Amino acid sequence: MTDTERPAQSPLPAGTRAPAFTLASAPDRTVSLKEFLGRPVILAFYPADWSPVCGDQMALYNEVLPEFQRYGAQLLGISVDGVWCHAAFAANRKLHFPLLADFEPKGAVARRYGVYRTGDGFTERGLFVIDGDGVVRWSYVSPIDVNPGADGILRALEALVPEARPA
Amino acid sequence: MTLVEYGDFECPHCGRAYPIVKAVQQAMGPRLRFAFRDFPLRESHPHAEHAAEAAEAAGAQGKFWEMHDRLFERQFALDDEYLIEYATDLGLDARRFEKELTAGVYAPRVREDFRSGVLSGVNGTPTFFINGVRHDDSWDLEPLRAALEQAANAKR
Repeated sequence: MTDTERPAQSPLPAGTRAPAFTLASAPDRTVSLKEFLGRPVILAFYPADWSPVCGDQMALYNEVLPEFQRYGAQLLGISVDGVWCHAAFAANRKLHFPLLADFEPKGAVARRYGVYRTGDGFTERGLFVIDGDGVVRWSYVSPIDVNPGADGILRALEALVPEARPA
Repeated sequence: MTLVEYGDFECPHCGRAYPIVKAVQQAMGPRLRFAFRDFPLRESHPHAEHAAEAAEAAGAQGKFWEMHDRLFERQFALDDEYLIEYATDLGLDARRFEKELTAGVYAPRVREDFRSGVLSGVNGTPTFFINGVRHDDSWDLEPLRAALEQAANAKR
């Protein structure tokens, strides 16, 4: 099977070391995964800024942010959109977490995490929860047109940091 | 039969769902138990959090549903001074209401509702659950009623 016939790879499973990356989060800023060693990281790959379902998904995560923060977790949104597009989208939706541009080489980070859709040229709706040691503890890919919600992320964080669970 | 709504008092869709739920309650009578849980989308709706806490504060004085109805009927006026006005209108101890609202006494409870919603797979508002199962179809009057009747028949 050639690469273009394959709709997607499979997401890196739990137990895998999370591949390192550095991506632009703004025209003059980059974010590296290693900055967050010692605390959980949520990677939310999504197909595109502005598409209706993504909007809902990112807007939902923006609302759930205080719950993620209870576990000390850092949320990072990732798509193949460029930094200017991300900046406009984040401002429009008043997002309080970084959106990273997997823009050049396009989708390189998504490929390493197994969530790039080669034929389409954008990423799956893939979620990863990475622990403080940089190991993937949970991953999930939802159908491209379905908002995966935040329940899986919260459950994974709860398993990682049980003491942060509210009484 | 239990119908649960995760809702936001400032959300226009929830405002549209409000008379629909009322109609369903009327049609099904005592067979239906309706529960409302708070899911304030604070980033999009600046008044949603306080409105949710206001309903809980009214509930602490035995008038949750009266406040719930008032908030949806006056969705366009949810500033704190209006919330206090509604409390007075409903015959609540407005001083206690205001004090509790200012102190955020019911904020943890609202947060717990929100969290339980996220964990149950609520992605937006309103989200309905019929006997614990998320209702992903339309919540217009007829489809919602049909889904409830179907769930009622399945139970028999």
